[in-house]
Amino acid sequence: MTNLAHDISKPRRTFWTMERRDAAAGYIFIAPQLMGIVLFVLIPLGLVFWYSLHEWNVLANTFNFRGLGNYEQLLRDPALPQVLAASAIFSAGLVVFNMSLALLLAVLLDQKLRGIVVFRTLFFSPVVVSLVAWTIVWGFLLQNNGGINGLLQMVGIEGPNWLRHPTTAMISVIVVQVFKNVGLNMILFLAALQGVPKELYEAARVDGAPRFKQFRRITLPMISPTILLTSIITIVGSLQVFAQIAVLTQGGPGMSTTVLVYYLYQQAFQFHFFGYGATLSILLFLIVAVLTFAQWQMRRRLVFYEN
Amino acid sequence: MKTDLSPRMKVALYGLMCILLIPFVFPTWWMVTSSVKPISDIFAFPPDIIPRQFDFSTYSQVFELQPFARQYWNSAYIAALVTLGTMIVSSMAGYAFARIKFPFSNAIFMVVLLGLLIPSEVTIVPLFQMFLSWGMINTHWPLILVPVFGAPSVFATFVMRQFFISLPVELEEAARVDGLGRFKIFWTIALPLAKPALGAVAIFTFLHSWNLYLEPIVFLSSTQMFTLPQALTQFTDAYGGAMWNIQLAAATMTALPVLVVFIIAQKQFVEGLAHTGLKG
Repeated sequence: MTNLAHDISKPRRTFWTMERRDAAAGYIFIAPQLMGIVLFVLIPLGLVFWYSLHEWNVLANTFNFRGLGNYEQLLRDPALPQVLAASAIFSAGLVVFNMSLALLLAVLLDQKLRGIVVFRTLFFSPVVVSLVAWTIVWGFLLQNNGGINGLLQMVGIEGPNWLRHPTTAMISVIVVQVFKNVGLNMILFLAALQGVPKELYEAARVDGAPRFKQFRRITLPMISPTILLTSIITIVGSLQVFAQIAVLTQGGPGMSTTVLVYYLYQQAFQFHFFGYGATLSILLFLIVAVLTFAQWQMRRRLVFYEN
Repeated sequence: MKTDLSPRMKVALYGLMCILLIPFVFPTWWMVTSSVKPISDIFAFPPDIIPRQFDFSTYSQVFELQPFARQYWNSAYIAALVTLGTMIVSSMAGYAFARIKFPFSNAIFMVVLLGLLIPSEVTIVPLFQMFLSWGMINTHWPLILVPVFGAPSVFATFVMRQFFISLPVELEEAARVDGLGRFKIFWTIALPLAKPALGAVAIFTFLHSWNLYLEPIVFLSSTQMFTLPQALTQFTDAYGGAMWNIQLAAATMTALPVLVVFIIAQKQFVEGLAHTGLKG
C-alpha cells in the first residue's frame, strides 16, 4: 500500500515531496507536546538539579552555591530514615493491598451473575468522587467518636483513635487511598480476565485441573502483562500521594506518615528551604526512575507474552 | 473461569460482594446524610444511618463562609480547559508518533515518555519559580498550562499512540492516494475513529484536574482563586477545628454531580477506560 502511494506522488519533482510534507506535518503535530515537555519537564528538571547545589532560603533571600552541601545534609538528616521508612511502608502496603483487592474484585465481577454491572458501578464509584471530598469523609469517619468507631461499638469493639496512633494512622491513609482508587486496577484486571481465551480453560477442565490450579497456571500468566503495567502505575502513583496525607494526618502523629512528597512540600513551601527541597526532589526522581526501571527489567522474567 | 454456578455458590458470592461494598459505598452515603444533620447529631451514638432530623442550613453556610460559587466555577472551567487542551495536544502527538514517519521520531518519543518518570511533584519547586518570574502566581495559568503541555499529558499521548497503532492503516492509505493532506486525514478519518480513546483520555484528564491539590495550594493564595479541593479544607472554626457538617455539605456538592454523571454514563466510562491501550 505504502509503495503504491509513493509511486503516484513521484512525478512531482518539487522540494515538498510526500515524505518531506509528512515529516513537516509530524513535527507540527508533536510540537505542542514536545515544547511542553521541554518547558515544563526538562528545563525544570535541570533547574531542580541546579537549585539542589545551592543554599536557598526564600524568606532570608539567600542564594549561595553550596556544591554538594545539600546532599551531605540529606545523608545526615535525622528525619530522612523516618521519611523513607514511611514512604516504603506506605507504598508497599498500598501496592500489595490495592493489587490483591483489585484482582479479587475483578475475579468476582467476572462471574456469571445477574446484576453484576450494578456491583461493578458501585465498586468503581469512589474513583469519580473528588479526592479531597473522599478524604474528608474518611477523616470524619475515622474521628475518635466518628462513624467507624460508632459502628464498631455497636458490635462491642472499642476502636482506637485511628489518626492519633502511628500504626493505625498509617493503616488509615493506606486504606483510604486503596478504596479510592482500586476500582481503576479492578477494571483493567477485569478487561484482562475477559481477554483470556476460553479454550484454555476448556482444555484444563478436560484434563481435570482444579479451579485454583487453572487460576494459577492459566489466568495469572495470561494477565501478567496487565499486572506488571498496573503495578508500575500504582507504585509511581503511591510515591506521589499528597492530598490524603495533608488532609488526614499532616504527616503525623510525629512523623509517622510523613512520606517523601509531604516532607518535600514542608521543606520547600512551609519552611522555605528551596535548595533542600530541590535536593529532596532529586531523591524522589531517582526513586521513581529506579523502581520503574527495575520493574521493567523484571518483565522479562515474570511476564508471559503470547507472541 | 466462567462456568454456571450452583445456587449456593451464587448466594455466597452475592454475600461476599455486599460485604466488600461497605467501604466503597458507606463513605459516600455518610457524607451525604451527615451533611444534612444538625451539628448535634453528627457524632450521635448509635450512628444514625438515616438522618433523624434534617438541617439544610449547612448548604447556605457553605456559600456564606467562602466564595464557594466562584471556587466551583474555578474548578469547573479549569478542568474543562485542561480536558479539551489535553485531548487536542495528546491526540495530535499520539497520532504523529503512531503514524507519521519523520526523522528522530523514536528518540523524541522516548524524551516525551520521560514525562511519565518525572511526576510534577519533582519539578514543583522550579515550576513555582518559573511562574513567579512570569507573574503567574495566584493565577490559574500554572494549573492549566502544566497539565495540558507538561508531564500529566504524556500518559494521554501514550494512550492515543497505542490506540492509533492498533487502528487499521488501510482507510488512511486510501485517502492518501486520493491526495488528502495529513491534517485532513487526521481530522476527518483518524480522529472520528478515535472516539473511545478520546473518551477515556477526557475522563481521566478531567478527574486528574478536578482532584489536583498540591499545585493549587502551592500556586494560589487568595480564596477567590481557590479551586474546590483547596476550598474544602478551609471550613474550620476560629480554633482550626473542622466544621464537619458544613465541610461535608461542600464535599457533597463537589462529589455528587460527577458521581451522577458517572452513574448515568457508567458503561461508556468503565469500558472506555478498560479498552484503551492499557493492556501492557
